[in-house]
Amino acid sequence: MSATPETAPAPSGAGAGPLLAVENLRVGFATEDGRVQAVDGVNFELEPGEVLAIVGESGSGKSVTAQTIIGLTRSPNSHIEGSVRLSGDELTTKSERELQKVRGSKIAMIFQDPMTSLNPVYTVGKQIVEAIRAHDSSIGRSSAREQAVELLGAVGIPDAERRVNDYPHEFSGGMRQRAMIAMGLALEPSVLIADEPTTALDVTIQAQILHLIQDLNRSRGLATILITHDLGVVAEVADRVLVMYGGKVVEQGTLDDIFYDPQHPYTWGLLGSLTRLDQPRPHRLPQISGAPPSLLNLPKGCAFRPRCPHEFGKCKEVPGLDPRLPEDPNHRDRCWLEPEQKRKLREIEGRIGLEEPT
Amino acid sequence: MSDVGSTSTAGGPLLEVTDLVKHFPIKSGLLIDREVDQVRAVDGISFSVNKGETLGLVGESGSGKSTACRAVLQLLKPTSGSVKFEGQEIAGLSRRELRPLRREMQMIFQDPYASLNPRKRVGQIVGDQLKIQKVASGKALRTRVEELLERVGLSPEHYNRFPHEFSGGQRQRIGIARALALGPKLVFCDEPVSALDVSIQAQIVNLLDDLQDEMGLTYVFVAHDIGVVRHISDRIAVMNHGKIVETGEADQVCEHPRDAYTKKLLAAVPIPDPRESRARRERAGTTG
Repeated sequence: MSATPETAPAPSGAGAGPLLAVENLRVGFATEDGRVQAVDGVNFELEPGEVLAIVGESGSGKSVTAQTIIGLTRSPNSHIEGSVRLSGDELTTKSERELQKVRGSKIAMIFQDPMTSLNPVYTVGKQIVEAIRAHDSSIGRSSAREQAVELLGAVGIPDAERRVNDYPHEFSGGMRQRAMIAMGLALEPSVLIADEPTTALDVTIQAQILHLIQDLNRSRGLATILITHDLGVVAEVADRVLVMYGGKVVEQGTLDDIFYDPQHPYTWGLLGSLTRLDQPRPHRLPQISGAPPSLLNLPKGCAFRPRCPHEFGKCKEVPGLDPRLPEDPNHRDRCWLEPEQKRKLREIEGRIGLEEPT
Repeated sequence: MSDVGSTSTAGGPLLEVTDLVKHFPIKSGLLIDREVDQVRAVDGISFSVNKGETLGLVGESGSGKSTACRAVLQLLKPTSGSVKFEGQEIAGLSRRELRPLRREMQMIFQDPYASLNPRKRVGQIVGDQLKIQKVASGKALRTRVEELLERVGLSPEHYNRFPHEFSGGQRQRIGIARALALGPKLVFCDEPVSALDVSIQAQIVNLLDDLQDEMGLTYVFVAHDIGVVRHISDRIAVMNHGKIVETGEADQVCEHPRDAYTKKLLAAVPIPDPRESRARRERAGTTG
């Protein structure tokens, strides 16, 4: 496998804009205890052949962002602002019926749990056939089935001709996730959203699924949004990274920016707390103290402030997601510290980490 | 596979497991169940754990690591084999005979949501066993529970709260307080951090580390994440298909694995270093 991704040419259509553009996306939910602002102003663009990782913990808003792109968070108690454009086409204002056409055929989504996202009473093949025919009823049953076999083969299911008649329970976890990906690819979408696609899988299977996603991304020019909490997974496949915390993007940059020159203390903390097999083990695992904030009761100013050992007066104001490194306008973060200070503060025993408050 | 373990510590191993087997029958038939086959969940494993050390047990799902724990603790009746705790054979003991041993051996579970009774208050969850084992009651019990809560990083005021009022990390702390209430010698930690947020995992790992130092605990730490296991363990045993395929010092196993399965497992762990993982991919691309 080549290390330099050959970016596939952008599909012609709708001018020179990005394939997917998310602008100032805000998603709020009315709950019994008050309004929860799950996503608070997220911006990003995605090009064909690119893998964008959204990293964050539970409650950071990463999954809600992804679900909102394909309209899965629409409900009477949700409030969605901002814009999501696919090849220039606004998705947030589309009717449910119009969105149905986008889902699957233009944007596919795969979920964390391959056990519950397949219907247990239908064969895997029938579910893929159904997905194909739901979008184009002119395709006959037998040719749809042939397609299903082909797709299962393409995602690496051995003996696809026979396994197409299996029920989901006859598949292992990794095979189910492959089947989900096959189903997602059935309509040749241009964007794949993978929400924690490997979290429920064993490491050896995880590596296979990640390579599959990467292959598809390169061979088909499939733009991919990978949602994960695992920075190891990110390092394996992503081109660009968004780090989310408390509904906001706190840092964004290229893969190397995030791993080798991280600007936000939360990113330092995430990197520092990893147990790494490629390094000698530290005496004590650097940890981030405290717990992720409740979205009902976010701290004033920087949301990471209560857990941050480097907090100072200015942190009571919300920092903007700005380029703070003069040499790199695409690397943005929300931290008031000076880049020079950051370089000193993040260095702990020769590796990047977050100092523990004493 | 036999592993006598190092005998450097005085007094010999705290736990000695020899040829432990746990098979589950697969039954078939309408009226009369006939045993047609067996699932060999644990298929003859031997290991020992010395006092004060941490033995890591790694393997993928279905490798039998959780079943092994439960069979050692006699929560599942082993099919055969011997489990010696402080030299005393405990395999095959009756429930009544096991009861005093429950003080000595405890378990921390994976899912902090499913492992706490939602109808009980925290004080009860942590303190009930003190009552059952007649260790403390009344005011003394409450004081003991409050101390424990404080020790695991919660506050004594949490005594009267219900589990749903806590986050995942806090619930795992409650589970740890419960496991430590009777002052056990040996604690089985079954995937204690895999259900937690990344920033919380390190907190719990460090807490377990601190508690081990303070209370002289011995751990059997079961997890699929070999990175976490290596961090916390002195020795590691790798399980695959119900058997232990490799044991050794933690760093030794991770840096110089001998068994093919261990190598495969280590190679699959993503490295959180883009340059390193790119280089690894290239190596794999040229050799594979």
